[in-house]
Amino acid sequence: MHMADALISPVVGGVMWVATAGLIGYSAKKIKEEGDNHKVPLMGVLGAFIFASQMINFSIPATGSSGHLGGGMILAILLGPYAAFLVMASVLIVQALFFADGGLLALGCNIFNLGFFPCFIVYPLIYRKIVGDNPTQGKIMLGSLIGAIIGLQLGAFGVVLETVFSGISELPFRTFVILMQPIHLAIGVVEGLVTAAVVTFVWKARPEILNAARNSIPIGKLNIKKVLLVLVLAAVIAGGMLSWFASSNPDGLEWAMFKTSGKEELESHESVHVSLAGIQEKTAFLPDYGFKKSEPETEAKPVWPAVDSGTSVSGLVGGILTLMVAVLIGLGLRQRKNAA
Amino acid sequence: MNNIGRNSFDIGYMDTLASGDSPLHRLDPRAKLITTFIFIVTVVSFDRYALAVLTPFFIYPIVLIALSGLPAGYLLKKVLIVSPFAILVGIFNPLMDRGILFHIGSIGISGGWVSFISIVLRFMLTVTAALILVSLTGFNAVCAALIKFGVPKPFVVQLLFFYRYIFVLSDEAERMVRAGSFRAFHSGAMGFKTFISLLGNLLLRTLDRAERIYYAMCCRGFDGNIRIIRSMRITYQEIMFIFGWGALFIFLRYFNVPLKLGTFITGLLK
Repeated sequence: MHMADALISPVVGGVMWVATAGLIGYSAKKIKEEGDNHKVPLMGVLGAFIFASQMINFSIPATGSSGHLGGGMILAILLGPYAAFLVMASVLIVQALFFADGGLLALGCNIFNLGFFPCFIVYPLIYRKIVGDNPTQGKIMLGSLIGAIIGLQLGAFGVVLETVFSGISELPFRTFVILMQPIHLAIGVVEGLVTAAVVTFVWKARPEILNAARNSIPIGKLNIKKVLLVLVLAAVIAGGMLSWFASSNPDGLEWAMFKTSGKEELESHESVHVSLAGIQEKTAFLPDYGFKKSEPETEAKPVWPAVDSGTSVSGLVGGILTLMVAVLIGLGLRQRKNAA
Repeated sequence: MNNIGRNSFDIGYMDTLASGDSPLHRLDPRAKLITTFIFIVTVVSFDRYALAVLTPFFIYPIVLIALSGLPAGYLLKKVLIVSPFAILVGIFNPLMDRGILFHIGSIGISGGWVSFISIVLRFMLTVTAALILVSLTGFNAVCAALIKFGVPKPFVVQLLFFYRYIFVLSDEAERMVRAGSFRAFHSGAMGFKTFISLLGNLLLRTLDRAERIYYAMCCRGFDGNIRIIRSMRITYQEIMFIFGWGALFIFLRYFNVPLKLGTFITGLLK
């Protein structure tokens, strides 16, 4: 469920980046304030554990598929929300860089979906409430299971919202939700069972580990309101700045670095339209979920039939030629390099 | 070698690539980080029907791969491995958006197919750019650049720890899985119970290891910082790299080169 760069718009990617960066800064500040040098190596090594454990799979009976540990929830239980959020961000950064699993621009979205929800929503509001101050095996199992399921549902919903707001994919909101939520319910149950079992295993073998984790962050110290405030502020600032840039540029979706002088007529047609669609999407999206469905008809027709089909074919021919030129340049450069 | 071994081998291989020596490898990591970002943001800023206009952007990965001697086939294979999610979400476009955009001969091409192919192109461009960044720079240098950009220290330090221990823990996980599979006479996939006790033991060992690492580091004077011996300097070359590519991306963003070229060629054919 990693978002990909190809599916998001710069505005969505940018807003999520700033929000996530704000949260990372805030969490890092909290870790520093704790002044516990011990924690930093522990975080790194546990991140590597999550990474390594995701490579171990078990077979799910009667389905032919396999499951593995998800991460966010178990990290929060072992490390507390702030440290867990940072570790989750690191795991996703390494996955993005080395396995291209989720892109660089989508990194903000991914860290938010898989880190923010389990660490700052599910852990304090669900897991801690269920487990309380006197953990028993049953409470720990129940808390981890429900926590993992809800965390994944929220994360999947985040993916849906980010994709729909970006408007690159045509999937209507309702269809996408119907596709995503049940799949992630299944994944969530598996992840919940694994998390619950591993946490219980640790609790039975070495109860002091969980107790230490719980005591190092008394629940009163975790200030959810502050976290949310940082988040909202960051998002509002980012959203405001980006939309200011966007609106000062007829192109709608990107920042205004350059004046759009000498632009193709065809392009400006399209751009005005896109920016209108963008505004429409922002204003009309929430009150009416059905909006997206009717979009393809209202959108594609008025703009494109006006375009001379000759132009589009020229564009296609030109595109293929450009690609060939690019490959030739590459081959030429490599040959020169090898000769040198 | 099982799956786990291959994964950590993969990361190790990309680090080997990063230790190569070419003018591009020697560039300051900050320059490569900034340029990659400009590239990705420019590529994703096109509207959803952008198709031909995206093609000139392939010049960036192609030139970088050619000049640095990175193995193109290997990078392409990695791109293909991760493509399913983008393709899965994108493949609905042809179903939802059936309005005909243009005709090639008598075949009508619907908007959905155009936007689907546009997603695939974006995907290839953004993913290769990220992979090239890390195989030209290496993870430690990326982290050093992050510190220079003002990312909080505790975050970067644990990121460096994390990266170092991926290899150790992957090896450990691999050994455990191998041992388990020997004892089960290679009886196929692992059951839930085995899986949990394996994972739980790995976790306990990990926690003990973290403890030992911490004490060992305290003995060596660890004060919460990791110092990286690598001087970073922004010189004329770095500035040329950022502004040269940046200017090209913005030019390609606002001037439809393929359309001009195509009009010229089809004009000749008429």
